[in-house]
Amino acid sequence: MEKLSFRLTAPNRAGGTRAQTIVGVVASGNLEVLLERSLPAGTCTIDIATAAHGFGAVWDAVVRDFVARRAAGGLRISINDGGARPDTVALRLAQGVRKIEEPER
Amino acid sequence: MTAATANDVPLSWYEASARQRIDALVDAGSFCEFIGPELREISPHLAIFNLPEQFDDGIVIGRGRLDGAPVLVAAQEGRFMGGAFGEVHGAKLTGLLRAARALKQDVVILFDTGGVRLQEANAGELAIAEIMRAVIEARHSGINVVGLIGGRAGCYGGGSLIAGTCSRLIISEQGRLSVSGPEVIETNKGIEEFDSRDRALVWRTMGGKHRYLIGGADIFVDDQALAFREAAIATLAIRSRFDPNVLQAEQKRLERRLHRFGDVEDAIEIWEVLGIDQPTGIPALPTGAFLRAANKRENADDAR
Amino acid sequence: MSDWGIQKAALGERLAAGQQHARGKVVPIPSLPAFLKAVIRSGDRVCLEGDNQKQADILASALANLDPRHVHDLHMVQSGVVLPSHLDIFEKGIARRLDFSYSGPQSARIARMLFGGKIELGAVHTYLELFARYFIDLTPNVALIAAVSADKDGNLYTGPNTEDTPTVVEATSYKNGLVVAQVTEIVDKVPRVDIPGDLVHFVVEAGRPFYVEPLFTRDPAAITETQILTAMLAIKGIYAPYGVRRLNHGIGFNTAAIELLLPTYGEKLGLKGKVCTHFALNPHPTIIPAIEAGWVEQIHCFGSEVGMEDYVAARSDVFFTGPDGSLRSNRAFCQTAGLYACDMFIGSTLQIDLEGHSSTVTTSRIAGFGGAPNMGSDPRGRRHPSEPWLKAGAEADPDSNAALRRGRKLVVQIGETFGERNTPLFVERLDALDLAQELKLDLAPVMVYSDDVTHIVTEEGIANLLMCRSKDEREQAIRGVAGYTDIGRARDAKLVDQLRQRGVIRRPEDLGIDPLDADRRLLAARSIKDIMLASGGLYRPPSRFRNW
Repeated sequence: MEKLSFRLTAPNRAGGTRAQTIVGVVASGNLEVLLERSLPAGTCTIDIATAAHGFGAVWDAVVRDFVARRAAGGLRISINDGGARPDTVALRLAQGVRKIEEPER
Repeated sequence: MTAATANDVPLSWYEASARQRIDALVDAGSFCEFIGPELREISPHLAIFNLPEQFDDGIVIGRGRLDGAPVLVAAQEGRFMGGAFGEVHGAKLTGLLRAARALKQDVVILFDTGGVRLQEANAGELAIAEIMRAVIEARHSGINVVGLIGGRAGCYGGGSLIAGTCSRLIISEQGRLSVSGPEVIETNKGIEEFDSRDRALVWRTMGGKHRYLIGGADIFVDDQALAFREAAIATLAIRSRFDPNVLQAEQKRLERRLHRFGDVEDAIEIWEVLGIDQPTGIPALPTGAFLRAANKRENADDAR
Repeated sequence: MSDWGIQKAALGERLAAGQQHARGKVVPIPSLPAFLKAVIRSGDRVCLEGDNQKQADILASALANLDPRHVHDLHMVQSGVVLPSHLDIFEKGIARRLDFSYSGPQSARIARMLFGGKIELGAVHTYLELFARYFIDLTPNVALIAAVSADKDGNLYTGPNTEDTPTVVEATSYKNGLVVAQVTEIVDKVPRVDIPGDLVHFVVEAGRPFYVEPLFTRDPAAITETQILTAMLAIKGIYAPYGVRRLNHGIGFNTAAIELLLPTYGEKLGLKGKVCTHFALNPHPTIIPAIEAGWVEQIHCFGSEVGMEDYVAARSDVFFTGPDGSLRSNRAFCQTAGLYACDMFIGSTLQIDLEGHSSTVTTSRIAGFGGAPNMGSDPRGRRHPSEPWLKAGAEADPDSNAALRRGRKLVVQIGETFGERNTPLFVERLDALDLAQELKLDLAPVMVYSDDVTHIVTEEGIANLLMCRSKDEREQAIRGVAGYTDIGRARDAKLVDQLRQRGVIRRPEDLGIDPLDADRRLLAARSIKDIMLASGGLYRPPSRFRNW
């Protein structure tokens, strides 16, 4: 397993009030994304454990785009990756911030 | 039939994740998870094999309400390692069943498993034994333990043994229930005995329709979350008995079944013996027509 | 004075030699080896029928079992190199030279044998191109073909999988070649005459059907959210604005997703009757929901698809069927229809370079072309106008005199930026170039040439190459939809942004598509079972695709 960690300045604070949420599952070509609202509003951390080695540069591009474009400020994001493609990673991250905005039922 | 009727299913049970299934099963907003992913209670074994972990170790447990009544729920995630039982995964289910006995609350288990995880086989096998004991103890104290089977991974190996101890089983056509999986049979007995790639053969041997017809499952439902919910509510309303008489009745039923079908080679012949009009047509039948055709099925009503 | 009957005389000799092993036109199976040895001569040009679907498999094995001491140096001219026996023929030294079109499952072995010098390659063709050469310079001496049934006069019923047979027989039989057909059974009267008996010299009763590969069945269960998003982009960003009614869908999950979104997403966009009404298309199971929802008026087929026979027969308003009720397919006609009478081709590929050339060749595999380059090219001989064709022509060349301006066929390459095993779709240099170098080929095997491609669709967006005015713009338009591949990450962000302002690149958000709406629940069928139900039980999928 390869471990990657990012600590980024986040321009947009995550919406909603939910403390945490999780999307996706760990399977071949898939990943789970756990989002916890536990950081200062201007920061986002992303910790990745991935089965696919040597894609650090791609992860770097994907998470930087994500934090720049989506509302991820204040989130501690943890990823278990089963070798997902970048487009799937981007989609799950987007689903995650969308889900944490939803009101608690 | 039009395309619209094939797709007015709001949530396919087969396609849904463990969390989606629970959300669709229990009353809206009633679910409260125990040992959630944020606690990162992961498998202690997978890292040794350099395998990816999942924060909930592939099983979601907690409490919720079903039509207002409190219920404990466990859902396996069939896409994570085939929903297989490992140490933590198993311990979560064991704990839930013990809590059920203490709290006097019924349990619904959403099976989706290939059996025991090879990488933690000893712990997994032990977990299966502990879970079966916990099911029996819960049932003995008057708790209903209902199994729902309709996931991608089916319900195989140790999972099928646990299912065998449940009060009732609800299954969909997509659900498969068998001790040995198709690949295992083929590996051990040869392709002449069982061609695991012949999917029609797999489903007519282990699939929901066949299991329902021979009394291996009690309720047959469409592959819809709502159908599973309604069946679970109806099933939990029945107080199941659990005493030596029940076990003896089940033993007799199984002996009778073996006597009746022991010589046949293929599920279709069993359906023929059951007196079903067009046995070869069974796999293609939609649910309503299938249930009508299944009125001569074997059942385990006396035994559960 | 020259003798003008040499070929007729040679055919007469073959017929007489073959007759030793036949009763009338019928060759009993046990006599097949001796029969083939008698009628085939070393150095013959032999067409062994087989394409990406149907296979004259019995004749193929019999040919591969000949003794190379008796028969050698054959020149095989055939659509498909698909069965192991097709290559055994070369391995054993029975054949030496090969001209073909498609190699699908044998793509790795054929590459090894080419490198090893076991095969002397003529050329890799498109189907239509190879068919054309059957009539000019690759006319077979012997054709070994496959049919469903025959009568004792040799009249053949080829059934739904007629495919290449009429073309092969036409080229062979009318030019003094010998035609041998394997059939499942000999009957008193064939259900319909697909091939007249006087063109067929011998028939072999195989006792079982010829092999057919269910190549065009895509299980909706395997369609991903990204493929759904990409399909939504194609429908809303290309099908709708051009009003594409006449088209061909290439094989793959991307086009399967489009087919399954028509009755749901397409319906919501109000596109029914405005797009996708006429197809050159194999009977894809995934097109069933759209047909049942009343989207499709007419489909002409290259071949058939396993399990679709009854459904097609019951939908003769849509499909071409014979007096017996079953499908009549014809690859040559359908390829022509796809080339000249369709306004769009959309299909997947494995590699796209910075100019927009695309290829399905990798260094270790030569999959051939099949028909995609015929569909995926702009026919210079086209003269009839249509709205999408004219619109595309105007986008490419807005300033010229409209009455003198050629239209353009829409040639769309669709795919996810990363394919299987995280292989990038976009590359600096096509593997096809390395292969051409290694094999010393004059031409790199390119599936769709850059100047034919009009659009590239990925999950990141649509690049409209018609609207690019320079090589640089074209490169940035491609980089601009290449996602997180190396090619995509090396984009000039400012230029890409300008292209987006001009509508050369369109992102999901530019089209009002939220990527989070790309959900499997949008599919009109999510499993093979759903498709079967949508067909009213008429579609009977092969066992391996069933989960019931």
